[in-house]
Amino acid sequence: MIRFRIIKREPLPGWAKVVIPIAAIVVTLILSAIPILLAGGHLWKSYFYLFHGALGTRYNLLETFVKASPLLLTGLAVAFAFRAKFWNIGAEGQLLAGALTATVFGVHMGSFPAFLVLPTVIIAGFLAGGLWASIPALLKTKLKVDDVVSTLLLNYVMVHIMGALLFGPLQQPGSSWPRSSAIIEAACYPILMARSRFHMGIIISFAAVLIIWFINKKTTFGYRAKAVGTNIRAAHFGGINTTSVILWTALISGGLAGLAGVGELCALQYRLIMDISPGYGYSGIVIAMLGNLHPVGVLFSSLFFSVIIVGAQTMSRMTGVPTYIAEVIQGMALMVMLIFLLFTEYKIRVKRK
Amino acid sequence: MSEIFDIAFISGLIGATMRMATPIIFATLGEILSERAGVLNLGIEGIMLMGAMTGFLFTFSTGSIWFGVFAAACVGMLLGLLMALLSVNLGLSQHVSGLGITLFATGLAMFIYRLHFGSPTVPPIVEPFKQVTLPVLCKIPLIGPALFTQYSLTYIAWLLVPAMSILLYKTNIGLKIRTVGENPVGADTVGVNVTLTRTLCLVFGGALMGIGGAFLTLAHQNMFLIDVIGGRGWVAIAMVIFGNWDPLKGTIGALIFGFMDGLQLRLQSVGLVIPFHIFLMIPYLLTIVALIGVSRRAAVPAGLLKPYRREEKGG
Repeated sequence: MIRFRIIKREPLPGWAKVVIPIAAIVVTLILSAIPILLAGGHLWKSYFYLFHGALGTRYNLLETFVKASPLLLTGLAVAFAFRAKFWNIGAEGQLLAGALTATVFGVHMGSFPAFLVLPTVIIAGFLAGGLWASIPALLKTKLKVDDVVSTLLLNYVMVHIMGALLFGPLQQPGSSWPRSSAIIEAACYPILMARSRFHMGIIISFAAVLIIWFINKKTTFGYRAKAVGTNIRAAHFGGINTTSVILWTALISGGLAGLAGVGELCALQYRLIMDISPGYGYSGIVIAMLGNLHPVGVLFSSLFFSVIIVGAQTMSRMTGVPTYIAEVIQGMALMVMLIFLLFTEYKIRVKRK
Repeated sequence: MSEIFDIAFISGLIGATMRMATPIIFATLGEILSERAGVLNLGIEGIMLMGAMTGFLFTFSTGSIWFGVFAAACVGMLLGLLMALLSVNLGLSQHVSGLGITLFATGLAMFIYRLHFGSPTVPPIVEPFKQVTLPVLCKIPLIGPALFTQYSLTYIAWLLVPAMSILLYKTNIGLKIRTVGENPVGADTVGVNVTLTRTLCLVFGGALMGIGGAFLTLAHQNMFLIDVIGGRGWVAIAMVIFGNWDPLKGTIGALIFGFMDGLQLRLQSVGLVIPFHIFLMIPYLLTIVALIGVSRRAAVPAGLLKPYRREEKGG
């Protein structure tokens, strides 16, 4: 009889950190053939349009960056929280909190000097996301409420807060739809490249990668957050104020997700609508895991995801495969990556008895 | 105001409470089974959505509603098996594998639905379950008619609650399950197969979650909408904690949630001035508040979240 056992292996050399994610992506793309074929799509044509749709023309390439921006921010948000083992599954609600607050400021700041408007909107969106995330952090640290459940449930609470406001005080006068008035021009993100939607938020999200990398690697806070994530009891006995670390982690994590909401509002929609996010907060979880919780990893995995999401639209148009294939591929990518990561630490030993 | 709180309102509310609680009861029981064996299954939301979609699809295609329920249970079992493969056999983080399953199953449910139905302007519908009135019991004054005119799946859910309690507390299998959840090393020492027990609990737990999802598309509604689950899986996770990992207490939690959900629907229909989104929010808020109350005395299975690998103790 043959038995398989999973045993610990020697640490892999540094190049494996680069090779393994790439291998995971390749395997995911190969596995994607299954849903494509099930949908009756022509295989090579589908792959061609997937990549052509995302990278083939100048406009599409820039659109891929437009799509990557919120994914990058929510991915960083989740990665930053998970690193400290604050299980923030609530990036979606924090994104909405950011967009909602940015709308309030963006619509009503008409009488302020123009140069003040955008910074205020951005900071307000960041703080709103951060404060919304600090609720589950407080519940976790002070009242021992499970953070997975509370962050998840708060997503639905935020959706309904948004609904109540969009059908109420924030609703565009005269409209019967749940949508707000348009934000003023001074609150819009500048478009940085002609004939595209390449906006300032993309620069913000790339800057966030650097900032989070810096916090993680170069600051005592980054070290403490890592310690809390590795072993909260040891961190506590080592003299780290774990409550404060988790709260600050939540604030920054939620703030990043809030910025994603600000970007969607101020660069793309210009008014708040119920479906301002097609689940970027949830995709952020996969992106964070795929990037192995490292900011640079998150950067590449968010770019990979936006290629899939943008490309899937062209693929769908040209081959008839439903666009939801993008979600299926995202889910598969996560599971493949998890299994690959496992084998960086363990190996399978085959035993014959 | 006063006329809305009459007998018709109250009996309507009782009926709605039972209806809205049914999917949560199924899901909570499924999650309790998994967690008692030591595995937190965060795939629940996705498994319910796949159950809802599969149940709808099979009922639509075959015309047999019970076949739809059966198919939903099978899909739940398959996804439970996948969860077991990732979190038990490979020993990956339970948090992450569960979320992965939810994301994967959510994408898959929408993908298959679109594949089969395209994007119709009017969503396709099925002939849903009919409510069944139980003889004798429905004669009980006041509450009888409301309580005992329910969908068959609701009655099944009621029967499953004591069944699950008996399974967990009164049978040899239940003892094994609880031992595996509390002390996997000890269970292994006395010859209980930890991997197999956890796998089976996830598989059958998944079946219950799938049926819970199918209730929403085959009884509560008669169509599949993308947001049909609406966080009910997460609510079930909360109810497990609220109910201290006990089937009966978890069901009480599910009934409270069902009551709030039913009340919200009733109050919407009588047209109060408060925006209905406020009511939609209440069940989720109350769930969080309930968690604050119980988190201090929660008796978490000691082996929960801990992957079990024989090798790690030197083999």
